[in-house]
Amino acid sequence: MNPQDLVAEAVVKRFADHVAVDSLSFDVARGSFFSILGPSGCGKTTLLRMIAGFIEPDDGDIAIRGKSMRGVAPNRRPVNMVFQQLALFPMMSVGENVEFGLARRGLPPPERRKRSLAMLERVGLAAAVDKRVDALSGGQRQRVAIARSLVLEPTLLLLDEPLGALDLKLREHMKIELKQLQAAFGTTFVYITHDQSEALVLSDRVAVMNQGRFEQLGSPQDLYYRPETAFVAGFVGANNRILGRATGGDAETLEVATADGWKIRVQANSAVRHGELVEAFVRPEVVVLARDPAELPMGHGHNAGEVESLLFDGANSAVLLREVQTRREIRVALPQTGQFSDLRVGERIAFSFDVKRAACFPARSGQHE
Amino acid sequence: MSLALLLAPPVLWLGLLIILPHVDLAVLSFRERVGVRQYVASLAQYRTFFAEPLYWHVFVRTAVMSVIATLLTLMFAFPIAWIIAKLLRGRASSLLFSVCLIPFWVSETVRTLGWMILLRESGVLPALLVKLGITAEPVELLYHDATILVGLVYTSLLFMLIPLISSLESLDNALIEAAYDLGANGLTVLRTIVIPHAAPGITAGCIVVFMLTLGNYLTPTLLGGKNSQWFTEQIYTQFITRFNWEQGAAFGFLLLVLSTLIVVVGLRLSGQRFGEVMQRT
Repeated sequence: MNPQDLVAEAVVKRFADHVAVDSLSFDVARGSFFSILGPSGCGKTTLLRMIAGFIEPDDGDIAIRGKSMRGVAPNRRPVNMVFQQLALFPMMSVGENVEFGLARRGLPPPERRKRSLAMLERVGLAAAVDKRVDALSGGQRQRVAIARSLVLEPTLLLLDEPLGALDLKLREHMKIELKQLQAAFGTTFVYITHDQSEALVLSDRVAVMNQGRFEQLGSPQDLYYRPETAFVAGFVGANNRILGRATGGDAETLEVATADGWKIRVQANSAVRHGELVEAFVRPEVVVLARDPAELPMGHGHNAGEVESLLFDGANSAVLLREVQTRREIRVALPQTGQFSDLRVGERIAFSFDVKRAACFPARSGQHE
Repeated sequence: MSLALLLAPPVLWLGLLIILPHVDLAVLSFRERVGVRQYVASLAQYRTFFAEPLYWHVFVRTAVMSVIATLLTLMFAFPIAWIIAKLLRGRASSLLFSVCLIPFWVSETVRTLGWMILLRESGVLPALLVKLGITAEPVELLYHDATILVGLVYTSLLFMLIPLISSLESLDNALIEAAYDLGANGLTVLRTIVIPHAAPGITAGCIVVFMLTLGNYLTPTLLGGKNSQWFTEQIYTQFITRFNWEQGAAFGFLLLVLSTLIVVVGLRLSGQRFGEVMQRT
C-alpha cells in the first residue's frame, strides 16, 4: 500500500444557508489520480478550495503527507492548483508564467530559466517560451498551466475542471494527454469534474459527490458496474431508470412492478424491503434485442417493444424503444457487430436483460410513483 | 453631408474654443509692445521668464507640488479603489463610491471654503486641538504647503478613483489566487500581478490628476494664500492685474509645454503608450 499524500478527516464547511461539505473523510494514495465527480453545487469546488487553502474548514482536518494544514496559508502549502479558466498571467510570457513560482522561492534567474525550459520541454512547448500567453491555442495554454504548477514539484496537483472551457474534440485529446502527463510525472492528482467520462477515463479512484457527501468511493469499474446508491447508478454512465414497488422475489432476484403495471426482475438488494418504493436501473448495453422472442437468452424473461427512434452514432448507436403495454421509453445500445442496423421506426421487437446486471435501490426521498 | 453634420459640433468646439484661442495666445506671446499700440515680433516675453528667478522658481515649484499631489492622490485612491472593486459587493460597493462622489455635487469654491472653515485659526480643527490639549493656543492650519496638498488631493481623488476602479474590476480574481497559490505573498501579488494589470488605469488617473492640479487656480490660492506661489496665479496676475497679455500668454504656453513634457516623461518611465491608456480606460 502506498503512503497517503492526502488525508481528510471529518471535514465540514457550512455556508449561511447550507452545508457545502458534510463531514467528509477520505485519503488519496501517493502517485494516484483521484477524481471527485459530482453535479454543480455538490460542494466539490469548496472541497478543492479547502485543500488548496483558500477556504478554512469549519471542522475536521486536512493533512498532506502527514502534516496538518490547519492555519497554513495557500502560498505555504505543498499543493498547486490548475484553475478552471487556467488563470495564466496575461502580462507575462509563457516562460515567465512557468518561472513565477520558482522566482517566489528565491531561485536565481539562470536556474529559474533552466528549470522552466526543462519543464516546457517535457510538455512539448519549449519553442513557445517567449510567446505571449494569448498567442497560444487552448490546448497549449492548458499545458502551460500544468507546467507552471508541476515545475514546483508539488505533493498534490489540484485540477478544477480544467477541460471545461475546451471544445469537445480538444477535450478528448487533452484527457489522454493529462493521463499521460500524470503517469510521466508520478505526481498525485486531485481532479474535480462534473463530466463522468473524464472521471472514468482518467482516474484510479473516483468519489461521486452529492449534496456535500460522497455517495460512493471506488475504482471507475466499481462505480459503473457496482453502484451502491441510486444516485451513482443514475449519474455515472447512461442508465434506464424504472421507478416501481418491490412486490416479491427470492434470495437472488427481486420483482419490481411499476404503477402502470409493468413487471421486471432485477438483482436482489438486501436494503430493499417488501412493498417499498424502489428505483431500478438497466444499462442500455445490458438489454438484448431479438426479432424472434425464442432467440432471447434463457431465464431473462421477455418484453416486447416498438422502435420509437434510431440514434445512430457509429459505435455508440442506440435505439429508443417503447414497451408495448405501458409505452415506457427504454434506451438500448445496438450491438457493435452491426446486427439490427436495419431496424426501422415502428418495428416490433422483443427484448430482455440479464437480471444480475440490473440494479435496484430504495427510492430516494422526493420520488413518487 | 450627414457625416459633416455629425462632426460639426466637435469640430466647432475644438476650433473655436481650443485651437483658435491658442493660436491667438501664441501670436500674443511672440510679440512685444514698443509704443502705444505698436508691437514687434520678439522673444522678450520668454526671455523675461528665464531672467526673473521668481517666475521660474514658481514654475518649478508648481511642477514639483503637482507631481507630489498626484502621487499622494494615487496612494490614497488605490486602497479605496481596491475596496470598492474587489472587497465589497453590490450595494456596499456602490454606497462607498457614492460617498466619494457626493462632495463633487458641491462646487469647488464651496468645498474649498469648507476646508477654510475647518482649518483657519478660529476654525473647527484648531479649536479641537486646544480642547484635546494638544496645542496650547489655536494654530493657523491654513497657508501651508501641506494644506495646499490636502486640498489638491481632496479635489482630485474622484478623478483617480474612476479609472482605478474600472481597471481593478477587470482583474480576474483567479489571477490573484493563482499567484498566491504559486507561493506569492501580498506584496509580490501587488507588484507582479495587480500593478501591471492596473497600469493603464493608474497612468490615465495620474495624467488627469496631474493636469487638473497643475492648472488648478482656486485651491492653491484659497488654501495657500500669498504663500501658495502657484504658476496659474502668475498668469492671472499678468492678464488681469498687470494687463500684460503678452507676458501672460507666454506663461500659459510655458505651462502647456511643461505639462506635456511631464506626461511624456511619465509615460516613458511607466512604459505605457498614450493611445493604449486612453483606449483601455
